[in-house]
Amino acid sequence: MTDETTTMSSLPDEQRTPLLKRLTGANTLWIGLVLLGLVAAFGAIRPDAVFQVTTLQFLLAETAVLLVLSVGMTFVIITSGIDLSVGSVLVFASVSSAMAMNAVSGGDATNAGWGVIAFGLLVAVVSGAVWGLLNGLLISRAKIPALIVTLGSFGAAQGAALLLNNGSNLSGIPDRLNRTFGSGTYLGIPNIVIVAAVVTALGALLLSTTRFGRYTYAVGSNEEAARRVGISVRGHLTKVYLLAGTLAGLAGFMGNAFFRVAVVTGHETDNLNAIAAVVLGGTSIFGGMGSVLGTVFGVFIPAVLEKGLVIIGVKEFWQPIAVAIVLVAAVWLDQTRRRARNRR
Amino acid sequence: MSQPLLEARDLTKNYGTVKALRGASFTAHAGEVVSLIGDNGAGKSTLVKCLSGVERPTGGTMIFDGEPVVLNSPNDARDLGIETVFQDLAVAPDLDPAANMFLGREILKPGILGLLGVLDKKAMRKQASEHFTRFGATLQSVDVPIAALSGGQRQSVAVARSVAWASKLVFMDEPTAALGVVQRQRVLDVIKRVRDEGVAVVLISHNMPEVLSVSDRVEVLRLGRRVARFKAADTSVEELVGAMTGALTQEDAD
Repeated sequence: MTDETTTMSSLPDEQRTPLLKRLTGANTLWIGLVLLGLVAAFGAIRPDAVFQVTTLQFLLAETAVLLVLSVGMTFVIITSGIDLSVGSVLVFASVSSAMAMNAVSGGDATNAGWGVIAFGLLVAVVSGAVWGLLNGLLISRAKIPALIVTLGSFGAAQGAALLLNNGSNLSGIPDRLNRTFGSGTYLGIPNIVIVAAVVTALGALLLSTTRFGRYTYAVGSNEEAARRVGISVRGHLTKVYLLAGTLAGLAGFMGNAFFRVAVVTGHETDNLNAIAAVVLGGTSIFGGMGSVLGTVFGVFIPAVLEKGLVIIGVKEFWQPIAVAIVLVAAVWLDQTRRRARNRR
Repeated sequence: MSQPLLEARDLTKNYGTVKALRGASFTAHAGEVVSLIGDNGAGKSTLVKCLSGVERPTGGTMIFDGEPVVLNSPNDARDLGIETVFQDLAVAPDLDPAANMFLGREILKPGILGLLGVLDKKAMRKQASEHFTRFGATLQSVDVPIAALSGGQRQSVAVARSVAWASKLVFMDEPTAALGVVQRQRVLDVIKRVRDEGVAVVLISHNMPEVLSVSDRVEVLRLGRRVARFKAADTSVEELVGAMTGALTQEDAD
């Protein structure tokens, strides 16, 4: 192979697609522009109401929990899977965490200290992780379709959460937790948003720069190819659902901090909202493609629409209709692009 | 000839009641191209799957480099320096050629980042680009998804990926099936070049002139067992077809 070394000097970076072309070719950019356009449009109509610190703070804080769920959902959907259980797992983690904090504080954790709060966080994250692990094992080992497995755990986790406290909300969330992570701010940014932002940034790095992320794409793109090159597909799928469950557990704890109560209702459509956010963000429902940044945009588009329509005085009932149109259009666009690409 | 690199003896493989292999034997030496031919259903693909660790044979023995081996997974084969180009390519269409080439063998960044599993994408792109140039896969860019490439380019990537990692032996299941004339010739050149590096190449093909032009030896399977062996220089298309159809039987017919 000695005579071949002359070609070794070829410069791969010359073969790279230019940055601008890569950006404009990506769904993420367009979705980001749509979000920017929405904010600009609402801002132009009612600048006084839209660009108010409290409006923006509320918008961000309310979206933080959904964002954490959606980061986990991004990984799941890139493996061409689905997780319908995230909202129920969130409720279960939220209730079990609140119960655990109350239990170690003699029945009421309202005045509990940091030790109890840390314990509550641990309980929330671990209970989320257990549901995620259960999902992952049933999907990867028992080969039951993810749609069915997580439909099952969607019902089971909700039921288990209701059983834990006889179907009612649970109070006794430590004041200290609410003051700091629930309603506290740092430089004007709600702390709960900072937590969500850190989780999102770590998720984005995990997906785009690590081997774990690469395998996530590979499994979603062609499971058989991944298996043939020696990737443990079953192990990887288990880890991805474990991650989604763990993040749902964390989201449950964040909800406790924000609402000062472990709420057992109101999360029935979290799963659909997270899926919509991920798909809006340009992640392909068929797997193999997607990004966490896109998901961030995808989470905020419905949130901005909802807030914006209320502010400019349109009936808020238009919001789900507007989101639905954007969602279906996004998937249609994704399919057209794929078909055009695969036709060669 | 010297000790064979790979020798399979009396392999059997049953899928339920179907006997795909009925005592098939196979031999490959280092630095030779040996073609494995046979009619549809003769057991070629099953034999390759058994020899590359994808399937476990029901019975029989495999000897590699003088040692008896049992392959429980494709990883076992890979650890021995055995690679496979599968008929269905087995690439991840959404990943770019460099990512595909290093799939399962990613280069990590040095130091603490590497311990965290951070990929060294630049190094992988550079090395992949060098490999592709060496093995004649001409790609306009190394960072577009494989799905955006033409069928021939996809195949070139799959071939280049396997030969890049094969240190001892590479199986190629119909590597030229989807290719045009120029690309086909390029793949055949790659096969010869890999052979000249001392690697054994096992080629599965239905194209008899191609088999004769590139192979050193030819082994013929029929109904799940080896029925004939030829030196490519001393045989003809007629003889090969005769062996495939059962008109001519050399061995193992006892």
